[in-house]
Amino acid sequence: MTRLAGRTRSKRARPRPDGWAWAGIVIVAAGLLLAVGGPWVAPHEVGAIISESNFEAPGINTLLGTDTLGRDILSRLLHGARLTVGVALAATVLGFLIGMAAGFSAAEIKGRYDDFMLWLADMMLSFPPLLLALIVIASLSSSLPVLVCTIAVLHASRVARVGRAVAMNIAALEFVEVARARGESLVSILVREIWPSTIRPLAVEFGLRLTYSILFLSSLSFLGLGIQPPDADWGSMVRENLNALQTGAYLAVLLPAFAIAILTVGVNLIVDWLGAQSGRSISEELTG
Amino acid sequence: MFKLIVRRLFLGLLTLLAITVLVFLGTEILPGDVAQAILGQAATPETVAALREKLGLNVPPWERYFTWLANILAGDLGNSLANGIPVDRIIGQRIVNTINLALYATVIALPLSLLLGLLSAAWPEGTFDRMTSSTTVFFISIPDFVIAIVLIIIFARELGWFPSVVHRPRWGDVPVALGQTFLPMLTLVLTILAHIIRMTRAAVLDVLKQPYIEMALLKGAPKSRIIIRHAIPNALGPIVNVVALNLAYLVSGVVIVEVIFTYPGLGRLMVDSVIFRDLPLIQVAALVFCGFYVALNISADVTAIMANPRLRFAK
Repeated sequence: MTRLAGRTRSKRARPRPDGWAWAGIVIVAAGLLLAVGGPWVAPHEVGAIISESNFEAPGINTLLGTDTLGRDILSRLLHGARLTVGVALAATVLGFLIGMAAGFSAAEIKGRYDDFMLWLADMMLSFPPLLLALIVIASLSSSLPVLVCTIAVLHASRVARVGRAVAMNIAALEFVEVARARGESLVSILVREIWPSTIRPLAVEFGLRLTYSILFLSSLSFLGLGIQPPDADWGSMVRENLNALQTGAYLAVLLPAFAIAILTVGVNLIVDWLGAQSGRSISEELTG
Repeated sequence: MFKLIVRRLFLGLLTLLAITVLVFLGTEILPGDVAQAILGQAATPETVAALREKLGLNVPPWERYFTWLANILAGDLGNSLANGIPVDRIIGQRIVNTINLALYATVIALPLSLLLGLLSAAWPEGTFDRMTSSTTVFFISIPDFVIAIVLIIIFARELGWFPSVVHRPRWGDVPVALGQTFLPMLTLVLTILAHIIRMTRAAVLDVLKQPYIEMALLKGAPKSRIIIRHAIPNALGPIVNVVALNLAYLVSGVVIVEVIFTYPGLGRLMVDSVIFRDLPLIQVAALVFCGFYVALNISADVTAIMANPRLRFAK
């Protein structure tokens, strides 16, 4: 069986990314790079007011102009990258950890526990996400941990459902049976046997959830309920500079808005490519 | 089938109940001691205790929950903290405004997206399909407020065709109101259009793969007849399902759109009351929104059950 699986894999050599996928990879890599290095290369502090006039046109001092308070847009974009990408990534990863733990264990343990987990996930999925976030923020007020945990919990229920479905197929395979017979602990079965086989099918889900995190965080910040001043992610930058729409200095609004859009489109381009190449289900892949 | 539908309705009711618990927890228990907040830090413990007594805060939380729920069910929604006006007087017109906007968007989006979805499915991988496919990926990926901002710049600022703020929609005079709310409507349409197109396409293509479609093809039936007579009736269930789910999506889409266009709907009221922590308003707005959301999700499931005989006898 190993030989067979190996042959299948080599015959189906991973298709190389096409042009669009490459564009996505470049965008996402750039986003990550900005998140890590952005604040270092930013010419000004995030809150520094460098000009007396607001919405100044781009010039030598301020490459992308100034915002509603006369702050450097380029610097704020660079600082904002870390918050936008960082919070979205943290929330997605945390959501996946919770969701996979719940979903995989449900698939492995089965029975009452599985029923309960399914019911819990369905219950969570029947709340409107934005409203849930608004209620949480109303009661705990907005802060980084609250934002990350809220978005993560929203993800967890969906990841649990998808993860459970994928893990069900794998938990029925021989090598997991063998692990059980060997007396491996539950955690070891979930982490060492099931998890590695779910990486590829769940990769697409991870991309989708990451896009959702970025959109959701930006929307909350845009509503004034996400990242709070003096910090700013790209969503809050759009909010702060909305009055630019009246004055005609569109750049201050469009730059952060397009930064969000480019990043999410980039992630989705990779998702599309991953989705197309793993068109075959993982169980087919494993059973040859 | 009825048993299944009744069960689904019962589950929906349970969900609503869970939502009331959540709203109560979030707005009555977690924010901390209301008595302390009203009196400030300088208040003596005795006065705080007296106010707690007066507000009924010293009874156990579950008893408070049931009193609260009973009050809401009886229509006693409380007063806004900001100005003391009864909540039901504030939200009445807001709900009407939001529903009107959502209906406007639905009436435009539905026929358009179903038609585009069908056309894509009729010639899969054709030029039209490829074009709609890449456009829809784009629209699904970008946040709704970005769409709104671009629309405002083009149609309100540069061309000056439609207003970018709608302080007072005049729904009494429909043609005027339709013009006033054109940009908010267009934003909502663009956000749900892509989803419905993609899912309609997928549902129809799924049906077209069935053996009986091949049979019809071999019989020599023309393509238009196959799609209209054979494919659509069977794809209807999933499509209605998608439509209901997207209307449920409008529930959150409308919040953002109302804020951008300063449209006096329930969504903006909700966001404002969260910012000012006007808890009685948050409670009611959240319950109304969740009620709509749950109702739409239930109707999606019920139509799916009714349209697909295979689901009727599940378990």
